Amino acid sequence: MTPLLTVRNLSVTYPTRTGIIEAVRGISFELGRERLGIVGESGSGKSQTGRAIMGLTPPPGIVRADALSFSGVDLLKAGPATWREMRGGRMAMILQDPKFSLNPVMTIGRQITETLRHHETISKREARRRALEMLEAVQIADPERVFSLYPHEVSGGMGQRAMIAMMLVCGPELLIADEPTSALDVTVQLEVLGILDRLVRDKGMGLIFISHDLRLVSSFCDRVLVMYAGRIVEELATADLASATHPYTRGLLDCTPKIGESRHPLPVLERRKEWAA
Amino acid sequence: MTDPSSPASESWRDWLLTAEPHSRHQARLGRAYVTWRRFSENRLAVAGLLIIVALVLVAIFADLLAPHSATVGNLAGARLLPPGSPGFLLGTDDQGRDILSRLLVGSRITLAVVTLVAIIAAPVGLLIGTVSGFAGGYVDAVLMRITDIFLAFPKLILALAFVAALGPGIENAIIAIALTSWPPYARLARAETLGVRNSDYIAAVRLMGASPARIVIRHIMPMCLSSLIVRVTLDMAGIILTAAGLGFLGLGAQPPLPEWGTMIASGRRFILDQWWVATMPGIAILVVSLGFNLLGDGLRDALDPRGTGR
Amino acid sequence: MSHPKAMRTVGLRRARGVLANIGRFAVMLATTYLGLLAVTFFIGRVVPIDPVLAIVGDRAPASVVERVREEMGFNLPLWRQFILYLQQALTGDFGTSVLTTNPVMEDILRVFPATLELATVGTLIGAGLGVPLGVVAAVRRGSIADQIVRIVGLIGYSVPIFWLGLLSLLLFYAKLKWVAYPGRLDVAYEYTFTPITGLYLVDAAWTRQWDVLWDAFRHIILPGALLGYFSLAYISRMTRSFMLNELGQEYIVAARAKGLSERRIVWFHALRNAAVPLVTVIALSYAGLLEGSVLTETVFSWPGIGLYITNSLQNADMNAVLGGTIVIGSVFITINMLSDLLYRLLDPRTRAR
Repeated sequence: MTPLLTVRNLSVTYPTRTGIIEAVRGISFELGRERLGIVGESGSGKSQTGRAIMGLTPPPGIVRADALSFSGVDLLKAGPATWREMRGGRMAMILQDPKFSLNPVMTIGRQITETLRHHETISKREARRRALEMLEAVQIADPERVFSLYPHEVSGGMGQRAMIAMMLVCGPELLIADEPTSALDVTVQLEVLGILDRLVRDKGMGLIFISHDLRLVSSFCDRVLVMYAGRIVEELATADLASATHPYTRGLLDCTPKIGESRHPLPVLERRKEWAA
Repeated sequence: MTDPSSPASESWRDWLLTAEPHSRHQARLGRAYVTWRRFSENRLAVAGLLIIVALVLVAIFADLLAPHSATVGNLAGARLLPPGSPGFLLGTDDQGRDILSRLLVGSRITLAVVTLVAIIAAPVGLLIGTVSGFAGGYVDAVLMRITDIFLAFPKLILALAFVAALGPGIENAIIAIALTSWPPYARLARAETLGVRNSDYIAAVRLMGASPARIVIRHIMPMCLSSLIVRVTLDMAGIILTAAGLGFLGLGAQPPLPEWGTMIASGRRFILDQWWVATMPGIAILVVSLGFNLLGDGLRDALDPRGTGR
Repeated sequence: MSHPKAMRTVGLRRARGVLANIGRFAVMLATTYLGLLAVTFFIGRVVPIDPVLAIVGDRAPASVVERVREEMGFNLPLWRQFILYLQQALTGDFGTSVLTTNPVMEDILRVFPATLELATVGTLIGAGLGVPLGVVAAVRRGSIADQIVRIVGLIGYSVPIFWLGLLSLLLFYAKLKWVAYPGRLDVAYEYTFTPITGLYLVDAAWTRQWDVLWDAFRHIILPGALLGYFSLAYISRMTRSFMLNELGQEYIVAARAKGLSERRIVWFHALRNAAVPLVTVIALSYAGLLEGSVLTETVFSWPGIGLYITNSLQNADMNAVLGGTIVIGSVFITINMLSDLLYRLLDPRTRAR
């Protein structure tokens, strides 16, 4: 099966006044129509990886790779017009906090129809109908009402669902979720994850789930990449997590408490320079 | 400033930049040095500083520098000479006075206006702002309402009306401008005060038994100083322009004082053929205001801890 | 499947928010007016050594002085004078002008449209050129547009407006003869043209007197451009600053992730958000131009309220000066406060509160 996404030796560097910052240092992986989780702490480069794939690395960042292709399209050589077609239409990204990632002066419905009308030539009425359909698909109870609300007038969970609707309404094949539930309450997290789960499964999309929470990722994804200091230190199927070998992964696993156990002293996450080599 | 642990080869720079200063004095100097380094990287800011330094020097040594008298002119032989005439670098005005000399002596008036307005308005604003922010409640509400009211007034118009009532003169102009300049400083000081009021070290000082006055004066006011200095410097250009405007309208310094705005007004009559009489003072005002603006911008970039990204 | 009751609740909540904002605005406005009147009262009555002499002049005979003193209530205690003063000011009675012997309010109403027209032209130029310039400067940091904005801004904050006005008159009127001066119209039209609104450009266009329109344009273009320059310096700088702020936000990244074009992102998404504080900046710029009219009108002999005040000043006509101060001050204050209200109303986030 040809992979949906191929990444080979991807690196993202930022030249600054005080030196060059290497956010991502030569990572490679492939993604089919499956769910891949990327786990790491702040600064590990996981978010930068996601953005680099979408071509959203902010200047002055420089993206280099031996190969970066999606569904047959060479992303390294893609021009602005190609990117505009791919983003939102064939590859989508949902961001972390709907408080900041939704345009505050546009209604939610308008932001969803905007995606539609950019990628497809359809009438306003048709766009509205499909937007409402999508809002229902993300389990928003009163789609007509939410359609005309502003982002600050809805709760975090609903805002994130609106964001999912906005990004998936055109039926992309790849979804990159950058910490989609980190800004939500725990109970709401499960709901939103459930919605994501269903949508990804029903549409047969490829999913990259970026998070700092290993346990969350392991319950959701088929495979896991563990990143540290811009490199992949371990790659394995979630089923095999318990038998992870890299000490950093083991450290992350040890961080999650289990009911009924008492550990003294509490394990501390170790970080060693040689893992960053 | 002997630092017993420093080896003889340790340079001044190392001493100032050390991560472990041995005295508060050393820490302060070190911080000032770092700020100076940031400031001096900005060439425009340094240019601004040089202009202002030149202004101060010119004001101090005006009598020595001026080739002719600034108030008494050669009515008979030297009226309205163009720039470049022998002995009159920038030309003469309608009363035969050397324009260069008038500009040089006039710099004193400019400097005096700016300094006095700053000395009057900034402390008043600082006091009102810190007291308002620290006291809170009723006092805060009343003081801020008064500040907002003054903030909403048109400065030039009010200064104009004020001088009109008091009578023209440079002292009245200074008072009038100062009266309308303090509100932004009060707001600034209040914002800074609100920021530090609830911090732990203020609580610690209070627990040690410090009176509110002592807390405000010794601990809160110094925190406001850096933003206040930046704001005052940036405002100085506006103050010079307002004072020049009042002078232009005949409300500032009275003749024969060589205030730059008044000079422009008196040169207006001959602008067609003897353009230099009105143009030269304007250039002086432009250069000095530019200097203050560049200096203020540079100070803001150097003192603002978030400014290094740009 | 809409829920009309839920929609009504949202609408009601939004409406209530708007009303609350307007209510707060009215209170602040009233308090500030009161403050302005208090200050002008102070300037007019308390500051001069003998306020009556300031009004009638020092060559008036003693009987006139006494009569005026009695009429104007100067023998009353100060606080009663203030109440009287407030009553007069609120009904628009600013006394009589010593110079023209008209009621001051009448004089002011006659000259005010000229200043309004000038300030409007200036702001239109300032905003029309300043906003696009600021947007381009923000989008292309470090480019030519960015440098232009910085230099224009720097000079705009440093140059005396009356001096620049004089020089521009020298160049464009005396040497190049491209513009007309002084006043608003040529003597030829001055007495045959009957204004409707007082805004000559509008009136001439309305009555299709194209030659008058051209003449009015030739008179207003230089002072208007001068004020426009100062407005431009301020507006372009603020636009650049607001746009830089918006372009760094997450919703811009999300918009790019949707595949939208850069042009739409900058001019529709970012500018839409930047427009909220920008509108208040433009309003403040307008107010600033009204204030700066005092100097500009003096240079261009533009018969507006600024020239009126300075003429009254030269002639020691205190009633006129104070009346003019109150009028300009009130308009200035109103615009300032309106801009604050506008900000709250335009931003959906603050509207509801």
